Amino acid sequence: MAEKRLSKADSFYKVYERTPSAIKDVTHYCPGCGHGVLSKLIAEAIDDFGIRERTIFMSPVGCSVFGYYYFRTGNIQCAHGRAPAAATGIKRAYPESIVISYQGDGDLAAIGGNEIIQAANRGENITVFFVNNAIYGMTGGQLAPTTLIGQKTTTSPFGRNPANEGYPIRVSEMIATLEAPVYVERVMLGDAKNTNKVRRAVRKGLSNQIDNKGFSLIEVLSVCPSGWKMTPVQAKQWMNDFMLKQFPLGVYRDRSEEIPVRESQRHVFSVDGIRDKLELPKSGEQTMQVEKPAAEFMNPRLKLAGFGGQGILMLGLMLAEAGMRAGYHVSWIPSYGPEMRGGTANCHVNLSERRIGSPVVSKPTVLVALNQPSLDKFESEVAPGGLIIYDTALVPNPPKRKDVKVLGLPATTIADELGNTRIANMVVLGAYVGYSRILPKEVVFSALPALIKRKNLLPLNELAVEKGMEFVTRMGS
Amino acid sequence: MLEAVGLVQAKVVVREDECKGCGLCIAACPENVLFEQKHLNRLGYHPAGYTGSGCTGCGTCFYQCPEPGAIAVYKKGYVGEEVA
Repeated sequence: MAEKRLSKADSFYKVYERTPSAIKDVTHYCPGCGHGVLSKLIAEAIDDFGIRERTIFMSPVGCSVFGYYYFRTGNIQCAHGRAPAAATGIKRAYPESIVISYQGDGDLAAIGGNEIIQAANRGENITVFFVNNAIYGMTGGQLAPTTLIGQKTTTSPFGRNPANEGYPIRVSEMIATLEAPVYVERVMLGDAKNTNKVRRAVRKGLSNQIDNKGFSLIEVLSVCPSGWKMTPVQAKQWMNDFMLKQFPLGVYRDRSEEIPVRESQRHVFSVDGIRDKLELPKSGEQTMQVEKPAAEFMNPRLKLAGFGGQGILMLGLMLAEAGMRAGYHVSWIPSYGPEMRGGTANCHVNLSERRIGSPVVSKPTVLVALNQPSLDKFESEVAPGGLIIYDTALVPNPPKRKDVKVLGLPATTIADELGNTRIANMVVLGAYVGYSRILPKEVVFSALPALIKRKNLLPLNELAVEKGMEFVTRMGS
Repeated sequence: MLEAVGLVQAKVVVREDECKGCGLCIAACPENVLFEQKHLNRLGYHPAGYTGSGCTGCGTCFYQCPEPGAIAVYKKGYVGEEVA
């Protein structure tokens, strides 16, 4: 039975408590604005489909930024142009939710141009309402990507000139060239007949999402009487006379009939799947039993530095890999800039009993310096009471700090004696774990095959680690 | 207040306080039963008004009006709570 009354939808708040305005029962939109009408059509559809409790309305930046004042649904106000990206996250985390991305032409076609293309191309199961009024309304009527040729705006006072500002972007046509979108239609908030088509398109776009069919984009031509400097009635006429020529109405893509109705599917993230890939024990299974080192060596924050080619990054990776196998939280990040290419390299490593807040190590408790420039650069950063390990074969001037422990070893010389200079990093690894007892030898050995691709080099690497450990044992005795 | 039970004529109710006087409903009404009122409302606009007869309940004005609560249309035969 047809509804016998047309009035404010339940999906709007009765009173807009969130608005700072003293008047809390009217929207902030200008007289005659198209946003209000589209909002009404969306709210009515949400009511009729009974989806209010699971709808999340993503507001853009632009005049419709205050969607959360009005819609009695879940609301997120997104960064400029990023509504489709935010919508993607929400929809994937809550596949049973109905996610509406509501965007204007400045938001969607300019700064958010890439977001909408990528979301459409992924075929995200969301509904995008794209309000195209050919101008930046909120900021006072500047030229938008959709501004018509010849149209005067505050930033195109002589009219849009394609030689200078390019051509209006036809978003629907562009999105319709992609494979994934299910439904793309351009409609117009014009007379009663056209507005009824908008109403149908709104419902179709939402139905597609409810049925889990995929991505829908409805481009809605709309008026901006304030930005266009016209009365609302004149603006409707102008839209009809000029916008339609540049932006023809119609269905640009519709695969909704050929796609069956589907159940919503929650993406299942398998931790054990990742652990399998990394050859780690399954979650819940005991990691390798590791004796804790002395308190001064617990939860080390390491900075490892040297020449490019010395295997600094590999040394860091090896520590992180072994630490992970011992059940520590670990992080590893390389740090290099343009000036580092072919020069020095360094990386930051954390091994921690607690979750790691930031992988960046600015106050290392352990500095490994495999050349003089690295020691000179980072010596002052080491936390008091920390440890500096350096290669005596390559660093002629030892550390000057008196408030830190210093471990010098001729790593490169030892590596040369083993027949391969490039193995010095593993000698240092052995010296560090032997000195600090942060990880037992077996754990380090178990990590080697994960990172050393040439398996015939494994015995040499193991030997190098052992030589490093022996060095500190001899030193201690 | 409740309408009397029985056949009720279609009508349009404009909430003057929420009307911004854009005139879209007046321009779109196929029966020409809406008009711009002389007085100013609390928002400083000339609100739309209903002449009081001739509304067919088609809903055109409702779907032209950008303001969610400014217009309500009662179709013929509607009996229920009053909103204005």
